[in-house]
Parts: sequence; structure tokens; C-alpha cells
Amino acid sequence: MPHAILTVEDVSKTYDGFRAISDLNFYLFEGELRTVIGPNGAGKSTFFDLISGRAKPDTGKIEFGSDPASTIDLTARNEYQINRLGIGRKFQTPSVYTEHTVWDNLVLSLKGPRGVFASLFHRLSSADRDRLDELLKLVRLDSKRDWNAGLLAHGEKQWLEIGMLLAQQPKLLLVDEPAAGMTDEETHRTGELLLSLAGKHSIVVIEHDMTFVRQIAQNGKVTVLHQGTVLCEGKFDDVQANPKVREVYLGRGKVR
Amino acid sequence: MSRVAAFFSARRNPRSISRGELFAVGILAVLVVLILPFANQQGWISNFSINLWGKYLCYALLAISVDLLWGYTGLLSLGQALFFSLGGYMIGMHLMRRIGDLGQYHKPIPDFLVFLGWTDLPAFWRPFDSFPFALAVMLVLPALLAWIFGYLAFRSRIKGVYFSILTQALTYGAALMFFRNDLLMGGNNGFTDFKFILGFDVRDATTQRGLFVVTALTLLVVYLACRWLNGTKFGLVQQAVRDGENRALFSGYATAHFKLFVFIVSAIIASIGGALYVPQVGIINPSEMTPEKSLEAVVWVAVGGRGTLLGPVIGAVAVNALKSWATRAIPDLWILLMGGLFIVVVLFLPGGIVSVPAKCRAWFAARRRQSTDAEASAPAVAVAKTES
Repeated sequence: MPHAILTVEDVSKTYDGFRAISDLNFYLFEGELRTVIGPNGAGKSTFFDLISGRAKPDTGKIEFGSDPASTIDLTARNEYQINRLGIGRKFQTPSVYTEHTVWDNLVLSLKGPRGVFASLFHRLSSADRDRLDELLKLVRLDSKRDWNAGLLAHGEKQWLEIGMLLAQQPKLLLVDEPAAGMTDEETHRTGELLLSLAGKHSIVVIEHDMTFVRQIAQNGKVTVLHQGTVLCEGKFDDVQANPKVREVYLGRGKVR
Repeated sequence: MSRVAAFFSARRNPRSISRGELFAVGILAVLVVLILPFANQQGWISNFSINLWGKYLCYALLAISVDLLWGYTGLLSLGQALFFSLGGYMIGMHLMRRIGDLGQYHKPIPDFLVFLGWTDLPAFWRPFDSFPFALAVMLVLPALLAWIFGYLAFRSRIKGVYFSILTQALTYGAALMFFRNDLLMGGNNGFTDFKFILGFDVRDATTQRGLFVVTALTLLVVYLACRWLNGTKFGLVQQAVRDGENRALFSGYATAHFKLFVFIVSAIIASIGGALYVPQVGIINPSEMTPEKSLEAVVWVAVGGRGTLLGPVIGAVAVNALKSWATRAIPDLWILLMGGLFIVVVLFLPGGIVSVPAKCRAWFAARRRQSTDAEASAPAVAVAKTES
């Protein structure tokens, strides 16, 4: 069995007495596309916060890297250090630089040196430009490259942020509700994009929309979080049929 | 309230220099660097006026330093007057030494030290006999202070109003310190009665004209340097920190380092402004360091146009010209006038003076569209009538 690229073991996190994450165990393998679902307050976003360095766990370990000899302890690092290791995060509400053009948003995200002095004398190479053009086409924003990102529609902002994530060429993508606020067609396209990225990248997607989950989880596993811990894990159909999952969701709205 | 909140939450981003801006800057540069001094030499503009304009240009440097932080990085610093004053004090120390024994007490040390009972020069004063040393300290000391303070503040992720309050407290603390006689920096009288700068009589009209030209050139260089900075990727990151610090942080940028760099650069620019200000105004005392002075600079930037580089320059000159007039004509009402100006700008002209041309263009375009729409619809109405 290969070593997991992301290992989360016995992790707990308490906020003001509220146990947001409790003895969580989670293993993600290289190239996997994993979907995380769970009712509101299940700790999904906190889970991402812990991996991406926004919050530190009270106990437990979070390690990154598929080579067991050189795994990296993420709990000892902050947001930008974790990002530089190759972990990209897309936020729940689209978070793009609203006063920058679409192009500049991508320029800022492009993989490369991130230091103060490097940025003073940074120039785009023609390979960089080609890569950016490619990304613009991929997220279908090539006709709006000179628009200020703040002027984009909600769904377009989501796509731009996905493009920004890809520009960083991360090994691991943490994607929080990518389909929120999208039309059905856009949602479907987003699903196809994520499926096409699996294999090349390791991906964790948090999602509420069950049609979308069914689409992206066709080959992969679904993890159900409930009260900060893993309720069950498995294929979409098995998870959907699981009585415990039904119980958790029925109290708060049913699985479509 | 949302308008007010939006105003303080920062915006805008002209990345490349527009032809209009280049044109405006070119004209202003020629006017200020060449024509004004020439007119002064010919006697068409009084020495008083040229001196006053020199002061405005120093304030413009202070305004740019505020805008670099506030308009471009989203950090409202109320401590820029401190850096401005520090620059002034450092050059002031040198100028005090150049008085020699021409002071009231005819002693080889500054008058206030004689008054305090000193017979020898305190050790830390000695190197200031050298102009290059004073110049170097003028650049290094504010940078060092900004580095230490910024490092602590940004590392602890202090932002928004808390950053403003802390910088204001720093300024206030420094002012209280400089008010004390035992700091040996002249107490509440500060430094004044300067006689010579680099061997020239500091009160001479020619010297003052020279200082004016140096100030104008410095402003031009600082302007162009900031313009360059905005065009680099650094400029992009700087504004990304302003609009979405989390996104930048989660994109691998150590935003604290970028903020620290801008804070240090701004401190140096403010300090240079203060260093040029003191020989032209002839006095520096702790009242220049009070938080009110920092707040005034914020008003200049807001009035001129935040998040642009021409805006702070125009704002500093315009508001100070207004102040010069108002404090003579309606002295009691000046403070109300300034407050009113700030409110009007926040509510009705958030882009400041520099946004007026674009606003006018938009207004005229809308009017033209309206009138063509009216013409287009008129025949349609006529057709509709004949058909019925």
C-alpha cells in the first residue's frame, strides 16, 4: 500500500469549548479526488483551516508528502509556507483580487519566487505568458482578461479562483464548495474540470450539492464528516445508503 | 454608512502610466522646477511665495508616504508625521551646529544647551557637525524605527483600525519624549535660528530658491520611483495585500514582509520631506509630531485622490494653499472647513480631485447618450401616431 500524501491523525481542535474537530483521521493518496460532505457545522471548513495553516490543531498530527522518509509536519508551518510546499486552497466565497484584472490575478498566482526583492525585478517569460493564456482558456475567461475581477459574475469568480489555484501548480488542492452560486451547466463543467485534474493532482473537495458530489465522486471515495469526526467513508452509493448518514442528514435536510 | 465603510476599505489601481498623467506630470514638473524659480529670480514671484510653495512640496512628499501605505497597501498609518519630524530633527541638528558661536549666548554649543547648563557638547551631538552624517542618519533612523515597529506590528498581524491607533500612539509617545528638555533635543522650542546650510546663508533668497528646486526635483524623483514600483510585480502584490490579504497569504506571499517593506520605504520618503522642510521653514519642534499632523496628511491624500500618485501631491498643495488663505481670512473656521472638506470628499467624491476629469467625461457621455436616445425615439413616436 502506498504512503498517503496527506496524513491527518487523531486531530482535535476546540474553539471556546466547542469541539470543532475531534479525533479526526484522514488519509489521502496521491492523485486521489476525495469529496468531503457533511451537515453544516460538521467541521469541514475547520478541517481545511487546519491543513492550510490558518488554524493549529490542539492535538494530533498533520503530515504532507508521499515519501515516508521525508514527510513534512504541517502543524509547524504557517499559511504561506504551507502554500509553498504545494498546497493550494480555494475558499468557500470566491476570493479573488477584485481591483486587479483577471490577467494580473493569474500573474500573482503563477508558480515562482514569492519574496519581496524577487517581486521587484520579476518579469514574465514567454513560457509564463503561454501558460497564462492556456489557463485563461481553461477557465473560459480569455475574452475577459483585461476586466477587473470585481466585475465578473459569481460563477466566473469561482472559475478564476480555480484558475489561480492551478497557476500555482500545487500537488494538493483543497477546494471548498467550488459550485456554490453556479448554474447547473457551470456546475457540471466544474465537475468535469476537477475530474480531469485528478491523477495529476491530489484533490479534496468540500461540497453540499449532491448532484455535483455524485458527478465528481464517480470513481473516488466520499468522506462524511459529522461533529468534527469521520462518520463513514466509501463509494458514493454506499455512503448514500448508509443509515447513519441518512439519520445525520434527515435531521437537517435530506440527501437528494 | 456603507459609503463611508467603502471609502476606508480602499480601492483602485491604475497600473500603467496613462498619457494624460504623463502629460500632467511633465507640465507640472517644468512649471515647478524651471518656471517658478525663474519667475522668482526675476522678481515676479515673491520670496515669501516661493518659500510657501517649497513647504507645500515637502508636504506632498509626506502625502505620498501616507498614500503608499493607505491607498496602495490598505494600511492607514497615523505615524507619518513622526517620520517627517525625525528627518527634520536630524537635519536640524546639523543646522544647529552650523550656527557656531553666533547664538544668543555666543557659545560654541547650541543656545538651549547653554540654557540647560551644559558647557560641552553631548557626545551624540558631535557627529552631526558633518552634513553627510546628518544626511545618512536622516535616512537610516526612520527606516530603523519603521523596521522595528513594523516588524512587531505585522508579525502580530495587527491591521485595520488597530494599526492606525498604534501608529498614532507611537507618534504621540515620541512627541511627549521630544517635549522633554532632558532628551537634549531642544524641548518644546525645538530647533530654530538657523544661519547656514552647506556654507550658504540659509535666509538668503538665492539659498531658499535653491532649496525649492532641490525639493521639487526630489519630489519628481520620488514620484517616478513610486510609479515604477507600482508597475512591478511588487506593486501588484502590494495591492493584493490591500484587497485580499488572505488570498495573498494562501498564495505563498509572506504579506508581513511586503507590508514591512512599504512601511520602511514610506518612512524614508516622509523623512526626506521633513529634512527639506526644516531649512525652508526655519524651525522644527515637537508640535510637528503630534497625531493631528498625521491626520492632516490623511485629509490631503483623501482630497487629492487616494490610490493614485498625483492625488496626494495635488491634495497636499491644494489643502495647504487653502489653509494658508483660511488661517488668515477666517482663522477660527479653518478646522471646521478642513473637517467639512474631508466629509464632502468621503461622501461625494471618493476618488478625490484627480477623479474629477473622469467624472465629468462620464457625465457628458451620459448626457450625450440621453440626447441621442431622445432624438432616436422622437421619429418612432411620430410613426406610431401616423399608424394609429
